[in-house]
Amino acid sequence: MKPYNNRAWFLILPVILAVAFSAILPLMTIVNYSVQDILGPGQSVFVGTEWFQMVMRDSELHGALLRQILFSLSVLAIEIPLGILIALTLPAQGWRASLALVLIALPLLIPWNVVGTIWQIFGRGDIGLLGYTINQIGFSYNYSANPIDAWVTVLAMDVWHWTPLVVLLCYAGLRAIPDAYYQAAKIDGASRWAVFRFIQLPKLRNVLMIAVLLRFMDSFMIYTEPFVLTGGGPGSTTTFLSQYLTTKAVGQFDLGPAAAFSLIYFLIILLFCFVLYNWMQRVGTGDAK
Amino acid sequence: MMSKHITRPLLALYLLLSLLPIYWMLNMSLKTNAEIVGTLTLWPQNLTFDNFRTIFTDPSWYDGYINSIIYVLINMVLSVAIALPAAYAFSRYRFLGDKHLFFWLLTNRMTPPAVFLLPFFQLYSTVGLMDTHVAVALAHMVFNVPLAVWILEGFMSGVPKEIDETAYIDGYSFPAFFVKIFLPMIKAGVGVTMFFCFMFSWVELLLARTLTSVNAKPIAATMTRTVSAAGMDWGVLAAAGVLTIVPGALVIWFVRHYIAKGFAMGRV
Repeated sequence: MKPYNNRAWFLILPVILAVAFSAILPLMTIVNYSVQDILGPGQSVFVGTEWFQMVMRDSELHGALLRQILFSLSVLAIEIPLGILIALTLPAQGWRASLALVLIALPLLIPWNVVGTIWQIFGRGDIGLLGYTINQIGFSYNYSANPIDAWVTVLAMDVWHWTPLVVLLCYAGLRAIPDAYYQAAKIDGASRWAVFRFIQLPKLRNVLMIAVLLRFMDSFMIYTEPFVLTGGGPGSTTTFLSQYLTTKAVGQFDLGPAAAFSLIYFLIILLFCFVLYNWMQRVGTGDAK
Repeated sequence: MMSKHITRPLLALYLLLSLLPIYWMLNMSLKTNAEIVGTLTLWPQNLTFDNFRTIFTDPSWYDGYINSIIYVLINMVLSVAIALPAAYAFSRYRFLGDKHLFFWLLTNRMTPPAVFLLPFFQLYSTVGLMDTHVAVALAHMVFNVPLAVWILEGFMSGVPKEIDETAYIDGYSFPAFFVKIFLPMIKAGVGVTMFFCFMFSWVELLLARTLTSVNAKPIAATMTRTVSAAGMDWGVLAAAGVLTIVPGALVIWFVRHYIAKGFAMGRV
């Protein structure tokens, strides 16, 4: 058991101050906006929960929310297993490991608007390698006209962009497992699957928790990449929550409803993450018994 | 371990697929705009370095890289420096509100940026930090510090507590123990954390663009500029994209050993 010591607060104080400076004040400003009707500079009326009620009844929002949940779940279902698998196939050391690590990480280092632009060209049927190849094979593919193609392209782009994050976390987690564990497993004659299930997976719990939470919240707030790639189209089939919110906030300049929307959005992410976090922690301790 | 006959081809296939879009960008950066928009060519027919020359000779382009590198480095150093003691506190002690604080930290990554840009703008204007590298570095700490604390805490919890106790019995002070014994043991974690701080700050666009105008304008914002005028300047955009990968690739090259080695229990 960890010792109880309130002086540990001194160690975390710098972190609290640094984060609170840029987190608390903007959050309070948003709360402030969300309960007021802002008519002009210095002119505002308190409207209570009116904006919240309006946002909750917005049917377009419900559509965007459902698409968003579907998208985030797909992202997790593909990227987490794929990331673990690739991390397991990486060599443990040597120049091959170094080279593979650098190459795998490359997609992460591209600014998000550029990611969208690359895929915009890459997926085009006339001048892009991906679109051209798929069309040559015999499938008709056009991400800017066909909703399913648009979906698959956005998903493929996200998998390409973010699976490296899961790989890197898992790889670092795997390297932190002491050799003694593997030797013990060898003596017991454990199968490859048993080694993975009872040694590697439990030891990866911490990094996997970070990976799952990060991928969930970042995919839930995805904005720049689909905005550049499809602009939310065709129709509104790839308009996810963040983009819908931006259209509201910037396009129609409804600061009050947009702020209320942001808070609801934030609470949804918070709720999902809280459930995921507690669930993953329980699963982990269950293994230890 | 898994048989090499399965893992090698699997890894090779993944690498191939993941490098294709990047190759396509590199390919585009070496072509003329006419060739990019005209036909599909697997490699440049008329090899040109004009796109790269534009970036290296035009200050409005290369300043973007310098600005981005400055605020990303400030952010990376500060984030890791303050996250290390905090992560240690979370991994070794219980204290008032520890679990709530730990989760609260992460909630700062969950705010959808769109509407938060305005309050950020107001806050940084009020304290007079607009259009400085420090402003972007500070703003990016909102999402990097929580991540750094979380990752480091995971690695620190993996180090047995007996090591701390043995060090104190051997007469180490806390700072000496932390730097000489503890940090080398979590090298892998520090390496990964530094890389992630670098990466998330490097690729973020919305906040960086909102908080800067001229003096600290990041490269990602400069790149949105090419959309204007006579249509897209795809070639220059692709060349700029290729160059955005270089600093990050250097960072991961330097921290690769920390990621790859991990630590062996018997070393201390």
